[in-house]
Amino acid sequence: MGNLFKIALRNLRRYRRRTVLTASLIAIGVLFVLVFVAVSGSFKNMIIGQITDSMLGHIQVHRKGYVASIDNLPLTLNMKPEAMAKLEKTFQGMPEIAAYSPRIKFGGMFSSFTETTNIRLNGVYPEKELKTLPLLASRIVEGEKAIRKGEVIIPELIARGMKLNVGDTIVIIATNKDGSVNGKQLRVGGVLESATGPGGRDGYLHIEDAVEILRMDAIEISEIALRLKDFGELNAVNDTLNAVLLGEVNKQGKPAFEVHTWEGLSPFFNIARMIDIMTFFIKLMLIAIVLVSIMNVMIMAVYERIREIGTISAIGTMPGKILSMFLIEGFCLGVFGAIVGNAAGLIIIFILKAVKVTFEFGRQTGLVLSPTIDVSDLFVVSLIVIGVAIIGSLQPAFKASRMEPIKALRHV
Amino acid sequence: MELIKAENVSKEYQVGEVAIRALNDVNFAIEPASFISFVGPSGSGKTTLLNLIGCLDKPTEGRLTVADTDVAGLDRRQGAAFRGEHIGFIFQDFNLMPVLTVYENIEYPLLMVQNVAAAEREERVRKLLDAVGMLDQKDKYPDQISGGQKQRVAVARALVTNPKLVLADEPTANLDSKTAYMIIDLMKKMRDEFKTTFIFSTHDQKIVGEAEIIYTLVDGAIAGRQVKGGNDNG
Ligand SMILES: Nc1ncnc2c1ncn2[C@@H]1O[C@H](COP(=O)(O)OP(=O)(O)OP(=O)(O)O)[C@@H](O)[C@H]1O
Ligand SMILES: [Mg+2]
Repeated sequence: MGNLFKIALRNLRRYRRRTVLTASLIAIGVLFVLVFVAVSGSFKNMIIGQITDSMLGHIQVHRKGYVASIDNLPLTLNMKPEAMAKLEKTFQGMPEIAAYSPRIKFGGMFSSFTETTNIRLNGVYPEKELKTLPLLASRIVEGEKAIRKGEVIIPELIARGMKLNVGDTIVIIATNKDGSVNGKQLRVGGVLESATGPGGRDGYLHIEDAVEILRMDAIEISEIALRLKDFGELNAVNDTLNAVLLGEVNKQGKPAFEVHTWEGLSPFFNIARMIDIMTFFIKLMLIAIVLVSIMNVMIMAVYERIREIGTISAIGTMPGKILSMFLIEGFCLGVFGAIVGNAAGLIIIFILKAVKVTFEFGRQTGLVLSPTIDVSDLFVVSLIVIGVAIIGSLQPAFKASRMEPIKALRHV
Repeated sequence: MELIKAENVSKEYQVGEVAIRALNDVNFAIEPASFISFVGPSGSGKTTLLNLIGCLDKPTEGRLTVADTDVAGLDRRQGAAFRGEHIGFIFQDFNLMPVLTVYENIEYPLLMVQNVAAAEREERVRKLLDAVGMLDQKDKYPDQISGGQKQRVAVARALVTNPKLVLADEPTANLDSKTAYMIIDLMKKMRDEFKTTFIFSTHDQKIVGEAEIIYTLVDGAIAGRQVKGGNDNG
């Protein structure tokens, strides 16, 4: 085996320029894939992080039918306290859940006494909400990073449009589920930076203020956002929750709750999927590049060495050995390309990271791109390249091993 | 017991519609440790015959046995194994592996064909390097040595496995006459030392005289058999 490698390596060295060119082509392919995977992956993860950690949470639970009409924030589809108690018990029994935050969501009028506009609001338990959305506090750009009773955190656009500052007094007026209108005077406690996606322009207030405005006898929750300990467990936890909550039925015998991951709630999921599909196609292109260039080189190699093949075959070399000789040559080319490509890719990723490229997503600016690549990605890409290199050598190597020695020896 | 026995051997090549009869009803027997030459004009069938004896091709008719093995009965892998075991080849164009050194070229059949252990390999390669006078050139690559030296390496490679038979199709055609004599002499010396049968083909009348038995081929048939020192047309 060692001797087969020796012969293969020497043959690669014999046609040095061709070897370097082919290995470079493969290396460039690997480089592009790695950089693309790193950049798109970090972009994707950052945006997903922004969405889940400053707005949605990882998973949300609603009463059945709520999400379909989430745009009008229907108070009639809130959960009764008994239902809420059941859910809390379920969550507390699941160690995968790091935090959860019940919210009362409602729409209302927002008046600064001189101007009035519409507003969407979340009534929340401040500690629970901040635990569930670790990036929420960072979105509060003015005022203290807290949600206090008697205060409302208003979206940036309203603050700017109505020239409101922290400490100003405003009034919130809302219709409750029975149709009666009520208002409450609150202070502007902070200004919230907008985020792209559903709920990105909602205001926040203390849940008790929400209860008061909506004149609820008991707290009726519209949605519960969940944060998991491990984001990688998203689908597993989602499945578990679905399975557990499927058992909870309403009076009509239909499921009482619905569970959605962020993927079902944010349109960015489609962009994320698009990125995955593009990554897939770029990998496919890499495979094509490796396959075509290796096949090309190996077909040339076999053609140039027909007489040598005839010679070694005549003196008794087994067809299998001749086959391995050429397979190993293709394999080595693949390995070179993969090594060089991995090294170059890591260097470029490192540079991109050091340069701190910033980008904007929707209204969020100054997001720092921090491309990283998993060791597993390096392995997968390398294995693909090496595997395809072997596959590309298969046909020429097989042809070499099947050559008739007399024909090969006569070849000029 | 003869090493090679040809009984009514014929070989036809099919070229499109036409059948070319390259060998026509050939009969001969060759004893072990012989030093034999096939001569004849171009196209007389020398290469064809050597290919048959070397198990590189199969006769269309007749029976050809080499070392008690019917050549026609070997499949591709068996043929390769048989050649690797019993036959050494010397080629007109030397056919050394350009990526291997002189030493490695001679070692190749022991390593890649026969799986001989390292210590014995080294001993046999050195012995042959010495026998062909190439010990001091052992680390050179084929493109760094002369044609005569290449053919000496090829002789060593053909002999390193201790084959019963070495076949050389026009081994001196690409060498000047002085070198050609040296190679034939070397082959004869090797025959004396290793008791290997050598069969070479040539159309060079001067070289032919070096053989002990000379078969003359004309139009695919044996036209004469000459034993050195006398004429024996039997
Ligand atoms: N593969 C082949 N296909 C068709 N015809 C062939 C083939 N090989 C040899 N022949 C024909 O068979 C006959 C004998 O050829 P062969 O090569 O054995 O002659 P030779 O004695 O070796 O000639 P030379 O001295 O030129 O090498 C020739 O007529 C040749 O054209
Ligand atoms: Mg010939």
